Amino acid sequence: MKTLLLSAAVIAMAATGALAQQVVRIGSEGAYPPYNFINDATGELDGYERALGDELCRRANLTCEWIINDWDSIIPNLVAGNYDAIMAGMSITEARAQIISFTQNYILPENSAYLALAGTDAGVVASGVISAQSNTIQAGYIADSSATLVEFPTPEETIAAVRNGEVDAVFADQSYLEPFQAESNGELVFLTDPIPLGGGVGMGLRQSDTALREAFDAAIASMKADGTINALLTEWFGPEQPLYQ
Amino acid sequence: MFAYCADPSTLTGWWWFSCYLTSATHIDFYQSFGVVLLLLALAAPSALALGMAGAMAARARFWPLALVGRGYVNMVRGIPDIIFFLFVPIALDQAIEVIFHYSLCPGWTEDIWQGNDFRVCEEARTPAPGAPVWVRQTYGFILALIAFALVFGAFVANTLKGAMDAVPHAQVETAEAYGMTRAQAFRRVVLPQMWIYALPGLSNLWMILTKATPLLFLLGIQDIVYWARELGGQKTGHFTYPHPDWRLWYFLVVLAFYLTMTWGSQKFFDRLMLRVNRGQATAGGEAQRRAAA
Amino acid sequence: MNTCTESFQTLILRSLGREYGAQQLPRGLDITFCDQVFLIASGLVWNIYFAALALLAGFGLAVLLALAKGSPLGWLRKPAEAFIFLFRGSPLFVQFFFVYETLVLLPREGLTLSLGLIDLTLDTQWTTRAWAGALFVLFLNTSAYSAEIFFGALKAVPKGDIEAADAYGLSGGQKFRRITWPTMLRLAWPSYTNEAIFLLHATTLVFFSAFPTRQQMGDALYYARYFADQTFNPFIAYPIVAAYFVLLTLVVIGLFGIINRRLNRHLPRAARARLRFRPQYIR
Repeated sequence: MKTLLLSAAVIAMAATGALAQQVVRIGSEGAYPPYNFINDATGELDGYERALGDELCRRANLTCEWIINDWDSIIPNLVAGNYDAIMAGMSITEARAQIISFTQNYILPENSAYLALAGTDAGVVASGVISAQSNTIQAGYIADSSATLVEFPTPEETIAAVRNGEVDAVFADQSYLEPFQAESNGELVFLTDPIPLGGGVGMGLRQSDTALREAFDAAIASMKADGTINALLTEWFGPEQPLYQ
Repeated sequence: MFAYCADPSTLTGWWWFSCYLTSATHIDFYQSFGVVLLLLALAAPSALALGMAGAMAARARFWPLALVGRGYVNMVRGIPDIIFFLFVPIALDQAIEVIFHYSLCPGWTEDIWQGNDFRVCEEARTPAPGAPVWVRQTYGFILALIAFALVFGAFVANTLKGAMDAVPHAQVETAEAYGMTRAQAFRRVVLPQMWIYALPGLSNLWMILTKATPLLFLLGIQDIVYWARELGGQKTGHFTYPHPDWRLWYFLVVLAFYLTMTWGSQKFFDRLMLRVNRGQATAGGEAQRRAAA
Repeated sequence: MNTCTESFQTLILRSLGREYGAQQLPRGLDITFCDQVFLIASGLVWNIYFAALALLAGFGLAVLLALAKGSPLGWLRKPAEAFIFLFRGSPLFVQFFFVYETLVLLPREGLTLSLGLIDLTLDTQWTTRAWAGALFVLFLNTSAYSAEIFFGALKAVPKGDIEAADAYGLSGGQKFRRITWPTMLRLAWPSYTNEAIFLLHATTLVFFSAFPTRQQMGDALYYARYFADQTFNPFIAYPIVAAYFVLLTLVVIGLFGIINRRLNRHLPRAARARLRFRPQYIR
């Protein structure tokens, strides 16, 4: 048993040794607080995924570099090899898994929620005009529903559209919407009960990069095992964020 | 930037704004104006060179060359330029990698297109996988620059071809009667004089080029439009400088920048036109001669 | 995967809304060549819509602006000059962003105008939609460019023609209607054709700027980019949309050429202005 463990460790070291020479570039959107955003005081990428990604790279013994890329072309640019991984609050879905591969999730399956101006009738969920960021699971969900979908390229615009009355409500990840709701002095309210969507947020990689995926998968597993991932989740998302058991 | 900016949440009024407007992201915003100016400074001469080549090719006697030249000159007429801006950088990026792939990794047997992956060997990856961020940014900028030079080169070729044809043909015939070759006549007679005819068109193109620079935004380059949208959007408590939606103000700044640019350029070209018209056998030159007399 | 007939049926009217075709656009590996051909074609409706309406409405405003700019009255000339400078001096792309951000500031419940006895409520909800807001920007933009063209033509009306009209004792209104106006139009027409083509090309910017897409209803380039992003292959979608635009441009040249021949029909053949295509390209 002991020898078996040892050889597994040697293989793991050999694998990381091979990867260590290369710089792994991680693409992120930088416009989705608290997942990832550009810190206005430092100009650097900041947020939960930045903190997590740096720690994952340290554990996997990789040199990592961050690249900001707009959301709409984030998968094409991964496939094109402009970077090697995506950490951008991207939910694991079947449709995406056809094109890229995912590690295990590093945020549990999340709730999405409708945010609207106070006094909005909950019926807009079925028959109103709902904004969502293009190419997200939320946009797909609204497109399948009977409501009218209005797509914006950045998440911030989807909320601005609610404030100025362009749309009746915005549909997005609840953790993204929460600070906007909390700081609105009651102007914005959540409409219905949250809706669980997707298979959690994972790191996206090219399907052919199996070695890299395994390295990151192992690093995420080790962070889940020692509880450090939960500390990060609480730090960035607040005490109500569901944690890994 | 300033020492008192360490904790902006305690600041108010002008103090807060002085910190806000000098934050790291704002410095990036100011630098992006430089990116736009740099693009202009590099795209204009490259487009001029390409346009010159295009115009000469279109006038060539060797018909395949003339065909290529005419095709290039006419290409931008029917197709919206924005399609080129979207297409050229991606196509060029893939083409470069495919060429490197075949020349550097002859032993590679796998397909470049695997399902949805576009995969070339490590050595062919451009920029190299380990390249620092600035190299990648420069590479992206150069691809955008090539797209701009290609599109505007075709416009310039259009203008220059017209200007070459506008030089009075009798002068060229006279030069040839003096025993100059076709090349000599072109160099000594057509080339020095065509600029007077080309200048109005070229100044117009410069204005158009200036006004096309916000399209950099669509090429994924962090230009002034990108930063105006990014900085103007509402910032929640996750940020050091929370504020409501200020995009209108940021776009006002961008608008003012472009209006200043075009206004200044117009003034410059008006004076230049005055100077090159001096002593020329054109309507403008004639008007100057009469005013002086 | 759709067969070609299915693609045609579900996508050819998709740009008008999902009531007229597929609920969702084809995605990822399911995309076929026919999907691209038909969906991009369906988006052309919007390019034609924006170009045609902006041109029609812009023509009227442009003539008024050109006359105002040529006016000796300062209070008439100055605003026209400022308007033309504002829209010709800044990029259309930035104008879209700026106008959109301004339009969303209008109160959603509508503007109430007190006209003494009655209160008039203007609905503002629709102004931020692309079909209205972007059309408004394109209308103002093309008005400014066309006004400059018409102004130039106005200045180029031969002095002798106007003197001859005076000699015939034509009044101011008659002189404009019979002499200045037709001559100005005839002189401006080749440049105006270029402006029309240019405006057609500029309509592709609408859905790349601030205006959001509803129900994935977009123009031809919006769909072309959608496909290029989905398949990560720019070599199919972009050439398709480019070919469509070459065809549309030829149609515009043909239509304007017919009008040009009509405007020039009184002239001897050799003096007729040939329609030369020299577009002003981007703004």
